[in-house]
Parts: sequence; C-alpha cells; structure tokens
Amino acid sequence: MDKKKTMLSGEIVSGALKESFVKLDPRIMLRNPVMFVVEIGFLVTLLLCFAPNAFGGTVPRWFNVVTALILLLTLLFANFAEALAEGRGKAQADSLKKTKQDITANKISGSGAVKSVPASDLRKGDFVVIAAGELIPGDGEVVEGLASVDESAITGESAPVIKEAGGDFSSVTGGTKVVSDRIKVRITADPGESFLDRMISLVEGAKRQKTPNEIALNTVLVSLTLIFLIVVVTLPFLSDFLGIQMEIPILIALLVCLIPTTIGGLLSAIGIAGMDRVTQFNVLAMSGKAVEASGDINTIILDKTGTITFGNRMASQFVPVQGSREDEAAYWASVSSLQDETPEGRSVLELMKKNGHTYDQELAQGGEFIEFKAETRMSGVDLKDGRKVRKGAVDAVKQWVLSQGGSVPSDLDSNSAAIATAGGTPLAVAVDSRIYGLIYLKDTVKPGMRERFEQMRRMGIKTIMCTGDNPLTAATIAREAGVDDFIAESKPEDKIAVIRREQAEGKLVAMTGDGTNDAPALAQADVGIAMNSGTVAAKEAANMVDLDSDPSKIIEVVAIGKQLLMTRGALTTFSIANDVAKYFAIIPAMFMIAIPQMQTLNVMRLDSPLSAILSALIFNAVIIPLLIPLAMKGVAYKPMSSGRLLGKNLLIYGFGGVIVPFIGIKLIDMVVQLFV
Amino acid sequence: MTTIDILAIVVTLLIVVLLAKPVGLYLAAAFDYGPNRLNRIYGPFERLIYKIGGIREENQSWKAYAASLVVSNAVMIFVVYLVFRFQGMLPLNPSGIAGMEPSLAFNTAISFMTNTNLQHYSGESGLSYFSQATGILFMMFVSPATGIALVMAFIRGLTGRAPGSFFADLIRAVTRVLLPVAFVSALLFVFMGVPQTFEPAATATTLEGAQQTIARGPVASFLAIKELGNNGGGFFGVNSAHPFENPNGLSNLLQLLLMLLVTTSLPYAYGKMAGRIKQGRILFVSMLVMFIVMTGISLSVEQAGNPALNALGVEHGQGSMEGKEDRFGTAQSAFYSVVTTASETGAVNTMHDTLTPLGGLIPLANMMLNTVFGGAGVGFLNVLMYAIIAVFLSGLMVGRTPEFLGRKIEGKEMKLIAVTLLVQPFLILVPTAIALATNPETISNPGFHGLTQALYEFTSSAANNGSGFEGLGDATTFWNVSTGIVMFLGRYISMVTLLAVAGSLAAKKTVPESSGTFRTDTAMFGAVFVGVVLIVGALTFFPAVVLGPVAEYLTL
Repeated sequence: MDKKKTMLSGEIVSGALKESFVKLDPRIMLRNPVMFVVEIGFLVTLLLCFAPNAFGGTVPRWFNVVTALILLLTLLFANFAEALAEGRGKAQADSLKKTKQDITANKISGSGAVKSVPASDLRKGDFVVIAAGELIPGDGEVVEGLASVDESAITGESAPVIKEAGGDFSSVTGGTKVVSDRIKVRITADPGESFLDRMISLVEGAKRQKTPNEIALNTVLVSLTLIFLIVVVTLPFLSDFLGIQMEIPILIALLVCLIPTTIGGLLSAIGIAGMDRVTQFNVLAMSGKAVEASGDINTIILDKTGTITFGNRMASQFVPVQGSREDEAAYWASVSSLQDETPEGRSVLELMKKNGHTYDQELAQGGEFIEFKAETRMSGVDLKDGRKVRKGAVDAVKQWVLSQGGSVPSDLDSNSAAIATAGGTPLAVAVDSRIYGLIYLKDTVKPGMRERFEQMRRMGIKTIMCTGDNPLTAATIAREAGVDDFIAESKPEDKIAVIRREQAEGKLVAMTGDGTNDAPALAQADVGIAMNSGTVAAKEAANMVDLDSDPSKIIEVVAIGKQLLMTRGALTTFSIANDVAKYFAIIPAMFMIAIPQMQTLNVMRLDSPLSAILSALIFNAVIIPLLIPLAMKGVAYKPMSSGRLLGKNLLIYGFGGVIVPFIGIKLIDMVVQLFV
Repeated sequence: MTTIDILAIVVTLLIVVLLAKPVGLYLAAAFDYGPNRLNRIYGPFERLIYKIGGIREENQSWKAYAASLVVSNAVMIFVVYLVFRFQGMLPLNPSGIAGMEPSLAFNTAISFMTNTNLQHYSGESGLSYFSQATGILFMMFVSPATGIALVMAFIRGLTGRAPGSFFADLIRAVTRVLLPVAFVSALLFVFMGVPQTFEPAATATTLEGAQQTIARGPVASFLAIKELGNNGGGFFGVNSAHPFENPNGLSNLLQLLLMLLVTTSLPYAYGKMAGRIKQGRILFVSMLVMFIVMTGISLSVEQAGNPALNALGVEHGQGSMEGKEDRFGTAQSAFYSVVTTASETGAVNTMHDTLTPLGGLIPLANMMLNTVFGGAGVGFLNVLMYAIIAVFLSGLMVGRTPEFLGRKIEGKEMKLIAVTLLVQPFLILVPTAIALATNPETISNPGFHGLTQALYEFTSSAANNGSGFEGLGDATTFWNVSTGIVMFLGRYISMVTLLAVAGSLAAKKTVPESSGTFRTDTAMFGAVFVGVVLIVGALTFFPAVVLGPVAEYLTL
C-alpha cells in the first residue's frame, strides 16, 4: 500500500461519479435532511418542466428546466463530494483485500500432525506453523520460535520486523509475510474479526457512525433549514396580501439558496476525509469519535524512551579512569568505533569531532572489526599491530581485561556507578589488558521534540513524560525536552493513576503504548494509540493503532482531530454567511416587477430578476465542488492560541463568506445575462 | 433635535450604565441561598410567607422547577380568566362593568401572565377595580418575578448548581426586587405629579361649560410596576402618552430607567454568579452596542421626517411629529420606542403606528431579535442561548468541542436550542401569514403598512412585548385567540427547553481551561455573539421586513 496516496486517481473519480447518481435515491438522501429538501425542490421543478402551469405559474418553461438542472447539479455535487471521500477509503480497502487472498495454513492438529487447510477454516485457539516465504494466515501470537516478518502489506514499511515468542513483540498479523526462519503461532481471531478485516471495514467507512459533534452540528443545520422553510412557505401569503403573485420555482430557488447546502453537502465528506487523513498518516482510528476526541485532548502521556529520547545511546562524555587522561580515553574509544555502524559507535565519533579531539585514522586501517555479540557484549577492532581494542558493557570488559592478566582501575566501579545513577549507560574502553576509561552514553532528546512540546503548550495541551529513570535523571530529561511534567520510576499502574487523576479534573487524556502492561492504561485513556509492533492486548485496548509504531505521531493525530472540527466550523460559518448576498440577489428580483423601487436593494446591480435568481442558484451549486478540496484536505491548522485562530478563521470564512458570494454572483450574472 | 434632546439621551444611558453593575451584584446576592446580609434583612418576612404557602427553600429537580413554573402560571391564567369572565358579579365594580367576552378574557389573562400586556380590551372601561387589582396588578408582579426566577435557575444550571426552588425564587423576586423598587419609584412618580388616589373619576367643567369626566386612580403605583416589571400595560388606554401617566420629562426619564433596570443588570448578576464578571460585562457591552445602534437609526430617521411631506415644503425641523406627544418631541418619543421594545416592556409614549417606516422597523427589529437586553429575565435567557450558539460556532472554528463555562455543548443541548430557535420565526411568520390570508378585513391599512401591522402584532406577542402598532381591528375572536396562543407559546416553550439545557449542562463535568480553550470574555467573543444574533435574526426576518417597512420606505 502506497503510504502517501495521491489524492485522486482516475478510477476513484469515475467511481465517485457513478456513485453520485446512485446516491440520488431518496432513501439514501433522507439521511441528509438539508439535501433532501433540495431533492424535493428538484422533483417539483422537474414536474414544472413538463407541466409549467401545474401551480398556475407564469415563468417561462426554460426557466423551470434550467432551475431543475441546477438543482440536480447541486445534488450531484454534494453526492460526488461524499462519494469521493468514500472512494479514497475504498481504494485503500481494496488494496488491503488483495493481500487477503486465499492463504493456505499449516494447521497443527491435536495429534501434532501438520495439515494444510484454507485460512478461512482457522478458529481462535488453533495452532499453525509458518515457514519463510509463507503468508501468516491469521492474527495470532508467536508461541515458539523467532522470525523476521515483512509487514509492508499493512504498514507500508518495507524493512522486516523481528517477531518472537514471549515479550512485547509476539503478535503477528494475518496477511503479513514471514521472511526468514519459522514460527509457531496461536491464532487469536476468528475469520472476519481479524485486524485486516477490521481495517478494511474501517477504511471502507462501512461502520461509519455519526460522531457526537456531527450530530450536534447536523441538528443546527436542520433547525436552520426548518427556519428557512417557514420563511419561504409564509412568504407567498405575505405577498398575496400585497397583491403580488409568487412563482413556485422562484420560491424553491430562494429556499435552496438559503438552506445551508454548502455545509450540508460537504458534511459527511469532511467526516470521512478526516478519518481518511488519519489513515493516510498510517494510523488506524477505530472510530470517528476517537479522531474527534483527539482534537480535544488536554493531556498527553508519553513514554520517555523511544518517544521523547532515542534511548540510552548517545555518547556525551569520555570519563578517564585511574592512570589515563581524558584524551587517551577518547582516543581509544574512537579507534574502537571507527568501523562501528551502530548509533552508539557513530555518536562516539561525532562527540570526538565536537570536542576537537584527534585520533589516528590510519591505525585502524586494515584491522579486523569485531562486531557486537550478545555473548561477548563487546565490540571493537583487532589492529594490524596485534593490539586489541574493545568497548562494551563494563563487567564484560572487566572480565576480558582480567582474563588477559590485566587489572581493574580502582575508580572504574565508582565512575560507572555515577554514570548509571545519573541515568546514563557506561561503556568501558580497553586496549589489551588496560582499561582507559568510560564512554558516558546519555539519553538524548530527539531533535525537534522541544519545539513540538512548545507547540502543544500553545495549543493548551499538557505533556507528561513517563520513565523508569530515577527522579534526578527524569527531571534532567524533562527540562531538556521541555515537557510540563514527568513521572519518574513509573510502573504501569502509575500511568493509569495519572490518567484517572487528569480525567477526574475533567481533562481528556491521550497516551501511547505497546506492551501488554500498557493495555489497561490504553483502555482508560480517552485516546489510546497502540503501536502496531506491540502486543495484541495493547492493540485491542487502544482506539487507534499506529502502523508505523512511531509514538510521537500522537501529536499529528491531535492536529488532525482539531482540523476536522475546524473544517466543519469554517464551512458552516461560510455557508451561513453566504446567505446575506443570496438574499440581496433574490429578494429584490422577486419583487422588482411589482415594486420597481426594490431596485435600491439590488446592490449587485444584477441584470434582470431571472438572471439574478439563476446566478444565485448557480453560485450555490458550484461552490460545493469548489470547496471539495478544502473539505478533503481540511482547513490549514497551525498551532496558535485559540483567540488568534478564531480571529483568523472568522476573517477568512465569516467575513470572506459574506463578501465572496457578492462577487461570485455578480460575475456569474455577467455571463448569465448573455443568455437570459 | 436639540442639544438638550441628545444630552437627555446620553444622560439616561449614562445612568443605565452606572446602575447596571451595582444592581447586578445586588441581584446575585438576593438570589444566593447561602447566608448573607440580605437574607438576614428579608429572611424573617419571607419565612412567614414560606410558612403560609408551605414552601421550603430547597432545591427542586430541573423537571420539577420547570413544572412548578408552567403549572403555577397556567393555574393563575385560569383563575384570572374566571375573574375577568365573572367580574360583573364580583365585588368592587362600582361602574357595573359586565363580564368579559371569552376570547378577550382568554387573551387578556394570558397577556398579563406572560409579561406581554397586549391590551385588546378598551383601557379604563373594560375592567372592574376587582379585576384590576386581583388580575392585572397581581400578575404585573408575578409575571416578571417568574422571568427573574427562571433566569436565576438557568444561570445556576450553567454554573453547575442545582436549580433552587421556583417558589422561593418567585417570592424573592417580589420581596427583594420588585416591591422595594416599585414602592420607591411610585413615591417618586407621585412627586412628579402622577396621581395616586382611590377617589372616583373627577368631574370638571370646561371653559365652554361642558362637563368632562377625568379618569384617575392609583396611577403612580401601577406605573411603577408597569415599567419596572417590563409589563407595559397602561393604566389609561393611551398608556404613557397620557399626561397623568407621564406628566413630564423627568417622569419620562424615570420610566426609561425602570424599564432597563433589571434587564441591564442581569449580565452582571450572571457574571458574579458564574465568577466571571468580565464575561458578564462583555455581554452587557455587546447588547449596549446593539441598543445604541438601534437608537441612532431610530433618532436619525424620525428626525429626517417623511420625505413625501418634506417634499411638499412642510417645515420639518422637529422631525416627524405625527402621532407624537408635544411634551416629548421626536427625540424622546423615538428613544422611548427603542427602550420599550428593547426591554420588551410595551409601554408607549407615542403611537408606534405613525413612526416613519424605518422608525417603525427599529421596534420591530428589537422584538424580533429579542436579545437587545430583552424582558425581565427572559431577555437575558435568550442572550445566553445565543451566547451558547456563538460558543458552538467559535468552538468548531478553533477545533475543539465547544464548551461554555467549562461545560461541553453537545448534541442534546444543541437539539434543545435548535427547537428553541424555531419557536420565534414560527410564532411570528406563520400566524402573520394566516392573518393576512384569512382576516385581511381587520387590518386597517392596505399594502405594506397593513402587512407591518399584522407582523408587528404577532412579533409583539411572540416576544411578549405587548406594544401595538394599532390600527388593527384586534378585538375580534381571531386576533384574541391567535395572539393569545402566540403569547403563551412564545413565553413557555423556550422557558422549558432552556431549563432543560441548563439541567443537562449542570450535570456535566467541567473541563479545565487551557490556552486551547476558546475564551468567552473577550471583545472577539462579543463580536461573534452580536454577529450570530444579527445574522440569524436578519436571515429569518429579511423577506418579511422587506415587504413591510422597507417596501413602505422605498415607495414613499
């Protein structure tokens, strides 16, 4: 699956075009009351096309035809917006379905014999064996073995990940491929309930329910529609008293222009597109409600390691031990790291550069690089001159030196203990039988995190860092990263306690997690994002799953949630503000013949009553497709204080919403008058 | 318009602004159930009333509060209806006035209970003294007290408290607000020359020797509660244009102040109760701005006069004086028309029917919006509803689930508000359409002005204002029944739905404020609030207004 999908493909557009007509079905239309009113208006004008005098009207037949056509277009535009948004989801689902071809599973029967069965026959609790090159037949947990798995079908990430029995990396997803080794998996989902199935139905929008905010907004739109219905239905009685005859198609035109068709037509597209944006971001939201809630988050709980910092891996200092100088320690540390491609190794060289220490690059040339191994817990280089340089875990290096008859400097233990207490990791550096010093590997805050937390503070979001470190270290990192608060020496229960405490104050809390012991906290949080690399339990408890397993992504999810609400608000305001201009187009036009002085209200100087009405209607229709890109992309959101944000959006969508139609209708009228 | 005229208006506004905050703080204290100094002063007297009435000062449920309000009001309407119907047989009827006709009694009872005071009966001669005292005067106190009680309960809900007791609130509104202020202002009115007597009508011999009966009575006390309670029903048929009901500029000023006293102070009472004086002030200022704009338009169009007459060369330095009292002139008459409709009082010192078309549009607009201060209690209730809508829209625009006073505005609240929003357009436009279609013969003017007459009558009824555009043959069964229904629904539907909103909000957890929260105590929020009020109002009534006053103006 392409990670950043292009917004539109020809296939999606043509599919959406077809859907636009299917959605004209009144039974489907009824779900959107605003557009349903337009549909009724369309049907009435359609009738008038064939029987222009059905209601004793005198408008020309062509006017009825044109009105009916514009109303039909209005409906199609709105349907198209929705279909387009749905289409993008469907396209994603389709590519997922392709991975869900018929997989054959090697099921282990009770007797232990392996039998080939179709994947669809697997039930919860079955055991299967998967060898390299085979697809995993269903969601499950590795119970035996270790294998690298290609999960690109789901995550789009091509680098394989290691899955092994026990621990936090035991869950496998159906449809992914085992690249090496062989594992035994216990199936944890019945057919139709697997992660892939859920993902498909989610992106398809099949289970889409209206979110609370959507319902609230919809109520307002229905109320406005009813108000305008009252206005338009009573109008002919008022004009009758004045002896002015009202024409049905003109009243319908007025009604359709006044009711909030712009937002009414785009509302569901905005919701679907919002979900979709989250998906495009490789985060799976289990419900639209979760996406909306993420816009309201007050507090975010983040794990330190992996989210805020890189983990204990960056060299920050060289600490000499008894009998050596700092530059000696640094010298040998870098020699040992010359060919070391691990982040730790590279960070040693970077630190050298930064400190301006020099070392003899030639020295390591031709030497043999010794890779880090779990058994030795050391890496290094055997130089051409026979000297052996090693760096590694302090006790491993100690052992290595002692085994060659060397001695351990007396301050080694106290120095390495000091580094550990400060939250760092000490690496000892030795040449043959002599230990020169320690490399202080320090937790380093990821670049850009400080700015992000600063942004969040401006958005009014409090950040809390969770870490197993001691309070001292935690405080240092917290200060460096700029988080608002931290919990040191935290245990999984602490997270729940913090979430509960924040929630008791009425706050909405978001957190990320991957381990089984994170599951209760993920469930307790209002927005819980599980890492796809995490355990099944964590994924079940969360209401979002990040396929890239990047915990800092929660920040973008919050922005998407906000953007979703803002798009709705902006287009609602725009839609309502538009009515001012439409009134000034249609009302004078309706009465200009009976009351010539109404010309005063024709501030746009529209050509004729009929052209004025048609121009307003055309504007009303074309504004929908013009706003589809905005509805899909969402209005631009940059973190800033709510006051400034409101001012900006009011200016663009409120004030702009009043001005734009005056210009638009006038321009359309200049064209329309050529034909009328 | 002279400098004095403008100065008088500026001074009036200044006094209004100066009084708003202290009176608001007084109101907040007056309805605080906790121990405070006011409770020590009024407590003993009120406890006596509670004892007689079997009332306990303890919290009702939201449903019980709403039910108490509606049922007690309905019972009072029914009792007063019976009094009007059978006043012929009841005591204190020296003039032998007969029982009221059913539809008129229906209309009048509802009219006074709903704080409307639309008077379809003929002033001095339609009611016995007994009816005046037990029906009219009684309701003139209870009706604004109901409105004040309601808004207090609503504010308590917004701030997460229980609603209180309707009956205790009702009594507090009378004992702590209406009675003391009415008493003092009645004395002031007497001092200014308003009669206060139980003597029967006086008979005078005119210069020509003819006998003239001069009606009089306890006018000062009636006048005080008429204005203070935003009632508006006149002691005399011509209301505050009568020299006994408004003798001079000073009495005119006091009337203006009384009309605005409670409704302008409520934002501050709210601010105090919610612990957000600043937000209260923003709402006050927003309304004041709308009020000043309305006043400005009204003054300028009335001063400009009728272009048709001006074209004939008629001297128009005084502005359009048709239907106005010489004592007050254009400025004080136009200003009074703005105040009486902004505060939904309905008292008049000029004939609204004879205002210039745009001058007549201003009172109409005030009533349609019903948020330019508005009537005692209910006006501010409406304001808070629009504030919630403004918060809803602004919340969406900044990407947060909207919250008001830390409480989330969700589907349930918006549904109730959506229904409430529908009430006003429905009650104004639908009956107007029906009246124009079925009863055109009762409308005295043809064309645009006639349309405005009908529109004004129902707008005045729905907004519980009570002023009339006159010229309607409105003492017919159709008008009595239709406006009666409109007044009733216009008052109670929104009361019930908005109490439900308060109940729903009160039960919610509060969300702490952060820099991401949209602030509701800024000038920006005031602007959004005014924008929402004007846009919703304008969009709803634009066509009707265009066919009425605007068309009349354009075709002059």
